[in-house]
Amino acid sequence: MKPLPTTVSVLALLAAAGIAHAADADLGRNLAATCATCHGTNGQAVQGAGMESLAGMDKAKALQKLSEFRSGVKPASIMHQIAQGFSDEQLDLMAAFFAAQK
Amino acid sequence: MMLMKRRDFLKLGAAAGSMAALHGCAAGGNKASGHVVVVGGGYGGATLAKYLRMWSAGGVQVTLIERNPAFVSCPMSNLVIGGFKTLEYITVSYDNLKTKWQVRVIQDEVVAVDAAKRSISLAKGGSMTYDRLVLSPGVDFMFDQIPGLNDAAAQSRILHAWKAGPQTVALRKQLEDMKDGGVFAISIPKAPFRCPPAPYERACLVASYFKQHKPKSKVIILDANEEVASKKGLFTKAWADLYSGIVEYRNENEVKDVEPGTNTAITEFDKLKADVLNVIPPQRAGDIATKSGLKLINNRWVDVNWLTMESTNTPNVHVLGDAVFPAPVMPKSGNMANQQGKLAAAAILNLLAGQPPSATPVVMNACYSFMDPKSAAHITSVHTYDTATRTMQPVKGAGGVSVARNEIEAKFALGWAQNIWADMLA
Repeated sequence: MKPLPTTVSVLALLAAAGIAHAADADLGRNLAATCATCHGTNGQAVQGAGMESLAGMDKAKALQKLSEFRSGVKPASIMHQIAQGFSDEQLDLMAAFFAAQK
Repeated sequence: MMLMKRRDFLKLGAAAGSMAALHGCAAGGNKASGHVVVVGGGYGGATLAKYLRMWSAGGVQVTLIERNPAFVSCPMSNLVIGGFKTLEYITVSYDNLKTKWQVRVIQDEVVAVDAAKRSISLAKGGSMTYDRLVLSPGVDFMFDQIPGLNDAAAQSRILHAWKAGPQTVALRKQLEDMKDGGVFAISIPKAPFRCPPAPYERACLVASYFKQHKPKSKVIILDANEEVASKKGLFTKAWADLYSGIVEYRNENEVKDVEPGTNTAITEFDKLKADVLNVIPPQRAGDIATKSGLKLINNRWVDVNWLTMESTNTPNVHVLGDAVFPAPVMPKSGNMANQQGKLAAAAILNLLAGQPPSATPVVMNACYSFMDPKSAAHITSVHTYDTATRTMQPVKGAGGVSVARNEIEAKFALGWAQNIWADMLA
């Protein structure tokens, strides 16, 4: 279980991310592209290949799943190790990108 | 002559307008335009070519130069060598890149780069100019490090099968022709080399074939490294559990030479005569990258700026994949080349639009190895740009390996292959 960040560090993170976000309009798209090797281009997984499509997934649902992967609540073979590699702000951008895909 | 005709690109551009509407995933809002030439249609180059077209909504023209008529995957090729999949299974056409994404795919080989003129020369004749050049040439072999293997006749007998295609099929044939009771020896060079877990996976899958069809046969691994270079615990356990009496692992056994006439591997203190000898030679960046004046590290791998994958000494030339000097603990894998292709595509589109590249790129590796045809295990890592060291650093606390080999991950491995091949080429 990861320790919860303090309010101060969360605020600092959000402030920093806000600046980065403003300067980097494609960040969500670029981060989401890391998932495509298993979950398909723009989250559209190859049908019948046994991998979950992320395109069009409700953002809150995606964030909930990712949070459970990170905390270890949701059992996983690999996603618990990958989800640890991204910050809350990054996961938020990625989930928003996938939610917007048809 | 093969000079790029501007008219052709204008036609492509018109087709691209409707394409952007079809795929609806452009966005970004930057107005990149120009011509990007990509050399090498593997995991790095093909991914980059598709993503440049997709993310620019057809605004950037892309030419892909590839010497082979179709893509043949190294990942999953050990399943072909073990006899569990066919070459057709690991072969994917470039047709979708051509028709769906309007990438101009040319089957040829780049023989020279003139960075000052921003021009490349092709083996079949002609030249082509670029705004940005991307080299994704994979590896070439340092046969001079193994003198007996430094000629074509020896190389046709002692195979590497470390580039998928004819050698994959030929090695399979050697194994099928081998008598029961024979020895398959595989030699592994010192790291870094293409795909660290793959030699050990190959040993497992050949052993699995022997166990079922040629049970008196042996697999001997001659490893130049001090220990198994990836997924050590998982492979060691597989050899003990599944292949006891078949697989023998010898660390610090660097093959320094071979005797091709007798299929003999020569290490510092020993000789091993095999029935099938599979030598994976030491590797370096593919030829076109090493002879184009790009700054190399250890005279082998290209030094790149990790925000753009651009050569540190040759402007407008980007390099992807196995040819690159790796960031700390970053493997040379197909998955990593795919991720670097996207990092470079995003950066190039920004640069072509007069904008800075993203300051916070992230790449992820996920790599599955089969321990037998029905079970696999993974290794994964996430890497993010670090401004202090100016390279990609692994994210602490992220990544890891499977607890144990398992059947679910064998299914995920096949699912990964279908999805990454589509991500590059569909």
